[in-house]
Amino acid sequence: MTKVLLQGGTLVDATGIRSGLDVLIDNSEIVEIAPNISPPRGARLIDCDGCMISPGLVDLHTHLREPGNEEAETIESGTRAAVAGGYTAVVCMPNTEPPIDNATAVRDILAMSKDALCAVIPAGTITVGREGERLSPMVEMNACGVRLFTDDGRGVQSASVMRRALEYASALGATIAQHCEMEDLAANTVMNEGYLSSVMGVQGAPNCAEELMLERDLELAALCGARIHFMHLSTHGSVELVRRAKLAGMQVTAEVTPHHISLTDDMLSEYNPIYKVNPPLRTRKDITALIRALSDGTIDAIATDHAPHVRESKELPLDQAPPGMIGLETALAVAITVLKDNSGEVGTGRKDASENGRSGNNRSGRTYSTKSNSVKSEYGNSGSAGGGRANNSYSEHLTIDPSVLQYSMNMVDIIAAMSWKPAAIAGLDVASGGRHGGPIVPGAPANLTVFDPSADWRVDAPRLLSKSGNSPFDGLSLTGKVRHTIYEGEPVYLDGRATK
Amino acid sequence: MAERERRLATPRGGVFVPRSQVMSADDVDRALVRIAHEIIEHNKGSDNLALIGLQTGGVQIALKLRDVISEIGDAEIPVGTLDVAFYRDDIQLRPVLPEAVTTIPFDLTNMAVVLVDDVLFTGRTVRAALQALSDFGRARSIQLAVLVDRGHRELPIRPDYVGKNLPTRLTEQVDANLEGVTIGDVIKGRP
Amino acid sequence: MSLLQNALVSIGDLDNDDIGHIMKLSAIFSEVLRRDIPKVPTLRGKTMAMVFSEDSTRTRTSFEIAAKKLSMDILSLNSSQSSMKKGESLKDTLANLHAIGADGFVIRHSSSGVPTQASTWMTVPVINAGDGCHEHPTQALLDCYTLIERFDTPSNHTTDNAILNCFNGMTVTIVGDVEHSRVARSLVIMLDMLGAKTTLCGPRTLMPRHVDKWPVRVSYHLDEVLPETQVCYILRLQNERGSGTYLPSIREYAMNWGIDSKRASLLPETAVIMHPGPINRGVELAGEIADSSRSLILNQASNGVAVRMAVIYLLLANPGDITEV
Repeated sequence: MTKVLLQGGTLVDATGIRSGLDVLIDNSEIVEIAPNISPPRGARLIDCDGCMISPGLVDLHTHLREPGNEEAETIESGTRAAVAGGYTAVVCMPNTEPPIDNATAVRDILAMSKDALCAVIPAGTITVGREGERLSPMVEMNACGVRLFTDDGRGVQSASVMRRALEYASALGATIAQHCEMEDLAANTVMNEGYLSSVMGVQGAPNCAEELMLERDLELAALCGARIHFMHLSTHGSVELVRRAKLAGMQVTAEVTPHHISLTDDMLSEYNPIYKVNPPLRTRKDITALIRALSDGTIDAIATDHAPHVRESKELPLDQAPPGMIGLETALAVAITVLKDNSGEVGTGRKDASENGRSGNNRSGRTYSTKSNSVKSEYGNSGSAGGGRANNSYSEHLTIDPSVLQYSMNMVDIIAAMSWKPAAIAGLDVASGGRHGGPIVPGAPANLTVFDPSADWRVDAPRLLSKSGNSPFDGLSLTGKVRHTIYEGEPVYLDGRATK
Repeated sequence: MAERERRLATPRGGVFVPRSQVMSADDVDRALVRIAHEIIEHNKGSDNLALIGLQTGGVQIALKLRDVISEIGDAEIPVGTLDVAFYRDDIQLRPVLPEAVTTIPFDLTNMAVVLVDDVLFTGRTVRAALQALSDFGRARSIQLAVLVDRGHRELPIRPDYVGKNLPTRLTEQVDANLEGVTIGDVIKGRP
Repeated sequence: MSLLQNALVSIGDLDNDDIGHIMKLSAIFSEVLRRDIPKVPTLRGKTMAMVFSEDSTRTRTSFEIAAKKLSMDILSLNSSQSSMKKGESLKDTLANLHAIGADGFVIRHSSSGVPTQASTWMTVPVINAGDGCHEHPTQALLDCYTLIERFDTPSNHTTDNAILNCFNGMTVTIVGDVEHSRVARSLVIMLDMLGAKTTLCGPRTLMPRHVDKWPVRVSYHLDEVLPETQVCYILRLQNERGSGTYLPSIREYAMNWGIDSKRASLLPETAVIMHPGPINRGVELAGEIADSSRSLILNQASNGVAVRMAVIYLLLANPGDITEV
């Protein structure tokens, strides 16, 4: 393997921000960090001017769909999307067909992803077949490297099963990750329960469908003295429960998705199933609470819940379409656009254009906007008279409500939520013997992400590397673009192209 | 609403700009008296005679003809109105007038019906009217009276009674009512 | 003026001018329907696709007759027995019908939002004939026409839209299963636009959860609101949508929210009874009240055709789109 020299970037890791340093990589390890390293003979030079270099991002929540639904995504296409989004490790969810509920299934995934562009770490199910009844063989899966167990897509409904799962996993040092949803209250729902669902005449899921289970599981985790991780929090009430548990000293962690901190239920006003997701997009109040929780550390990680679906399945009636949206390739940009604090500039400068996007009129933006023209434009009306209007909406920039600016974050905290904190939750960090999220120092594994934090770009779903195009950010422009991804010393994503 | 209807009603989407008057109110009056006489003569009296004015320009003229005929013939003859919008073959091009009502308060059977319109041009309105009338019943005969025949027929339709034959260019517009007949142009653009 | 463009999926697509326009046009089509040959050749050669994923005798028949009276051809798809049930993309199904030659779509679907989705996919007009628990805009329009027939005094039509004056301050009480009612959702929007005062009345479990943000008054006690009700609009108790599980028993519902002779006597003398049909006689409405002289239920049914002709005509004939002759 040739040497790789990253020239002229700004380093951002758990130790802070350092500018004007080159990074020399040799054979999957960082060997030297210094200003103006003279290029060794034959080294591959990568220009990082104006970019930031961070530890590779880690996604706690990716649906790779293989085996079972390869039409929507495969390990190959999903990891290509992952490196395009700056990820060097993804935890893939076990709700495949068949589900990852035994050691053989884990070994199959590991074998299939041996040559993938980034690390693929399977999560195992909590219960056999995700049926919520009998515990999966966690010990044998744990022996294959599984650190996270979840029935994601469903929550474990039975309190007694959940109690046993927490007890069993805690003895292994593994973490139970819960998808909080009381099916009793949330069955057949298609969106957030609110004014909009009431006038649209569709079943809505109330916030408490999530909060009741979260509250129950906190009690159970306290009872068992077990660690617990909560997936994709969506309500302000959930945030409060987690905050209180952390104050009480519990071993609890939580994640939030990029879409839950950027989009409201208004997006569903035209019944477009692209915006159907579970838990559903909520309200401004919830978004504000989630962003605040990220900034104060109540929520540890941003996880994508990358959930690919074939085009046809999102062209069904809203109540028949499956929930889920893709997110690997837009996560960092959404996080920067929504969370990045612009008041005290750190690292590289930002372009004026993106500044305007941030502070621009909130009404024209989509974060909290109501009806959106671009929803219509998605289906190729551009050939008709409406084309002009549709094109205009394509230049819309994702913006945020000024009221959450007080909770904006610096780049170190944003990357923390996307790299070393999720790495620690998944047991992939250096301290746990893993190779992800650690500080950028000589001798460290060369898993790195290079991104331009101020580049504006427009999401064009058909051009994303995921096999599916169900991105809720399609047509929007975002700030922050991944330029290169280095996995184990190899540039697997370079200048907008995956190298395999 | 009024504004919208006016806009919907302008079949060519423009403004009528008058150029010259070709008949005065007196001229129109004389022409209608002559037509009334011709109608009575042709139908050998006013028995079983009915007038139907085509919406909207033909209605006033039909009412005037009714007055003249009842004076001459000393008999009341029934008048109806007909809107042919739903029967036009150029429906996409010509809007319906929502308040142009169709009222035919008499049985057409065995009646001699005189359709009355202001201007006869392509003949398409009259064609539509003939089709519409057949949905109301079987008249003994249908005749056609117009204040102005401006030519440019696109269908084999010929008036039985004409106030004035007025040669025009295709692009010109004719405005004909009881106050007179004016020839002019339509300037493009919404009023 | 969205109606004249592409779709009628919600009453909210219209403004008061549009509604006034449709009412006048409906009156004209009522006259057409009284002719010896009640049919006009207006839309000859055009084809209306009727996509019904739910059983519906009266709405389907009413739309079919309306289209036929305008000389349209009908392309019928009963999607409950078609590919739509087999998981084919709804968009593909509609695109195929369009390719076969549909010039417009009338869509009834058990899922809320399907006509809205269809209108974003299709370039031809889409008319919502009732979608899930969302809306039923032509029902609201025919109710509007029926109320105008009863309460309008044509002599004082001095201003634009005067035809809608009778709604100003009219007290309408909508009784029953609002939660599952698309008719109620369309009516509430329309009555608010027209200046009527709407009260919703029924058991709390059958009221939408965020009804406090709707432009209505909510009461759980029918007997208190009836004396000040001019129009008592009774909704069907939709057992097929599981509203039975929202109630202890049908009997309890009938006792508390059903309209029988005794309750009807609480209404002012001039008040009228309406119901979108089909009626569960003896549950939400006693048979003798449904058949009484204050009931406008049959007028509602018969006005449907003219109103739907007006809507189809406005969408398909494009009279607003004036181009070069």
